[in-house]
Amino acid sequence: MGTEGQLIMGAVAYDPKVVSIWDGFQKYFRARDLDFDYVLFSNYEKQVEAHFQGLIHAAWNSPLAWLQSERAAKALGRRAEAIVMRDTDMDLTSIVLVRADSGISGLAGLKGKRVAVGASDSPQAKLIPLNFLAEKGLRPNADFTVIVFDKLVGKHGDHIGGEREAARALMNGEADAACILDGNRLGFARDGTISSSATRVLAQTPPFDHCNFTVLDGAPTGLISRFRDLLLEMSYANAEVRPLFDLERLKSWLPGRTRGYAQLSAAVDRFGTIDSFVKGVAAQCK
Amino acid sequence: MQIDVDLGPLGFLEGGHLLIKRALRNAGAGKSITVTGTSPELEIDLRSWCRDEGHNLELRPRNGEQTTRAAIVNGGAEAKRWTGAQRAGQADAAQTDGVVSHAPRRWGLAARGATVEAGSPEFDFHLVDKIEVWADDAARLYAQAVAAQWDPRTAIPWDAKFELDDDVEDAIVQLMTYLIENETAALIIPSRFIAQLHPHFREVMQLLAVQAADEARHIDVFTRRGLMKRDHLGLSTIGGQASLKTLVDEPEFAIASFLLSVLGEGTFLSLLWFIERYAPDPVTAAVAKLAAQDEGRHVAFGIAHLTQHLNNDSSFRVRLADSVRRRHDALQHTAGLNAEVFDALVLLAAGSWDPGDLRRGHQRVMDLTKEMDEGRQKRLRRLGFSEQEAAEISSLHTRNFM
Repeated sequence: MGTEGQLIMGAVAYDPKVVSIWDGFQKYFRARDLDFDYVLFSNYEKQVEAHFQGLIHAAWNSPLAWLQSERAAKALGRRAEAIVMRDTDMDLTSIVLVRADSGISGLAGLKGKRVAVGASDSPQAKLIPLNFLAEKGLRPNADFTVIVFDKLVGKHGDHIGGEREAARALMNGEADAACILDGNRLGFARDGTISSSATRVLAQTPPFDHCNFTVLDGAPTGLISRFRDLLLEMSYANAEVRPLFDLERLKSWLPGRTRGYAQLSAAVDRFGTIDSFVKGVAAQCK
Repeated sequence: MQIDVDLGPLGFLEGGHLLIKRALRNAGAGKSITVTGTSPELEIDLRSWCRDEGHNLELRPRNGEQTTRAAIVNGGAEAKRWTGAQRAGQADAAQTDGVVSHAPRRWGLAARGATVEAGSPEFDFHLVDKIEVWADDAARLYAQAVAAQWDPRTAIPWDAKFELDDDVEDAIVQLMTYLIENETAALIIPSRFIAQLHPHFREVMQLLAVQAADEARHIDVFTRRGLMKRDHLGLSTIGGQASLKTLVDEPEFAIASFLLSVLGEGTFLSLLWFIERYAPDPVTAAVAKLAAQDEGRHVAFGIAHLTQHLNNDSSFRVRLADSVRRRHDALQHTAGLNAEVFDALVLLAAGSWDPGDLRRGHQRVMDLTKEMDEGRQKRLRRLGFSEQEAAEISSLHTRNFM
């Protein structure tokens, strides 16, 4: 473990702005008597491994990394906790977009069609929507063809490049449908990736949750408690914090919850996405 | 009062979001509005937009209807964003506190009179104090400068037919070469200070920008006149460049403005009118006249802001006088005005090689230097220098004129 009295957090460098965000928070925490430092990983798998090896006290985890941590902890008889998340991590949905003139009017219309998805480890642009379709009786790569836009695997879809490619494939006719996060419909329409009038939402998943700060049992409780309290008391009205919130896309931090991960959990069960990784982590730590 | 927004078939992205944003702003933080609409994607868009904006969304059951019904509680993020924001003075400089005495660097590029979000980045502007840069007359001079812009293509009779004696043409080419060099200094100096000036002093920034544009045009027309009948321009000397370098190197705006605008360009006014008067061809006369009209404004601004500066801090007069003495000392071992320029002026004023004409030409140049000296002394007295001080300072002004 790191320097005594210092809280070390892990985050994944999915974008250069990550450095600005955590440098900013580091300054904020240190000004409030929390000796805070962070380590950046190139992918979530390395971060989860490092967490179980005790190299970091807390991890800013994707929903998939949360499940990896939760399941590895369970396999080791330990406990993972989601302590804090963004307001914007709660109640997201994914949508299945089709071209407005496609003639596909219901999910059954996807049979035999090409469905574009984001990165193979993206909860919102692949795992959750494909599980949703499977639950509706449409088996991926059996009832329809999946076209994967595998951008930056290991970042768990944080980099939306794959989703954007999927949306482009829909617009240029390479695909008949595209799976994206609900909010990206607005974003892609604004930046011209898609035309909102030329597309139609065929289906929407139930709500699910996204990232969280994960801690494992045995983490230094005083430091974690101080970290949690400082996060929760941050205000968007504070000019020091607001640019960081804007970069990290939140208006407030909220206490963590785990009930929003059921759909992703069902998806990884169905597709076996993280089984071998979780076994590997558990084996390393036994 | 409850605010209800009925979007009808209007899509969220088609402008529906504007109606919702307006309603939420009118309702205020913590207050709720209702939204109804029949656009098929409205529910999806409301969900993601409210999440991103920090508003609380409650979707009402559809009961088999096409219509989306929702209640949205304003999460207050917009109000929080503007907590601690500051009004950056007033757009109208004439209003009380319109132009502040010290412009905060964090106001940055914001328009004067705009509301600036707290925590905005600080810009590295050096000229942030009103006393150093401001003149109440700046807006008037700027408007005058914009109205007086001329087009080199049409304002100068480039097609006029004339043939000059080779020596006279050479003299004109040498004068143009000298003018280009000096006007280049006069372009670089305000341009450098524009980049250091806090944009809060908008009218000064605009005026300096037009001043630089004036000089760009002067360089253009002097170059074109110089090359009308020759393939090459004339001579550039160490003495001339050394003199201009002391201006370009001057780090302080007010002192640079004093040396360049009040003393240098002031002296140039006499020179340009002299060239216009004795010009042997209509093109030379026109370029000198148009440049002189522009230079008059540059001098006026220099005097206006230095007068205001000295009204607030009369001790600054001592520093201005010292700057001339310092420059004189730095240049005392240089030649000053290059001999070719002096000779060219004599020949121009003589109009021929006739000995009698040359004597008259020489006398006219002597009269010019006297007129330049008197003009400098007059402007120095306007800045509050005594007659004795004005005479001393003027006598120390660079022999290179600018």
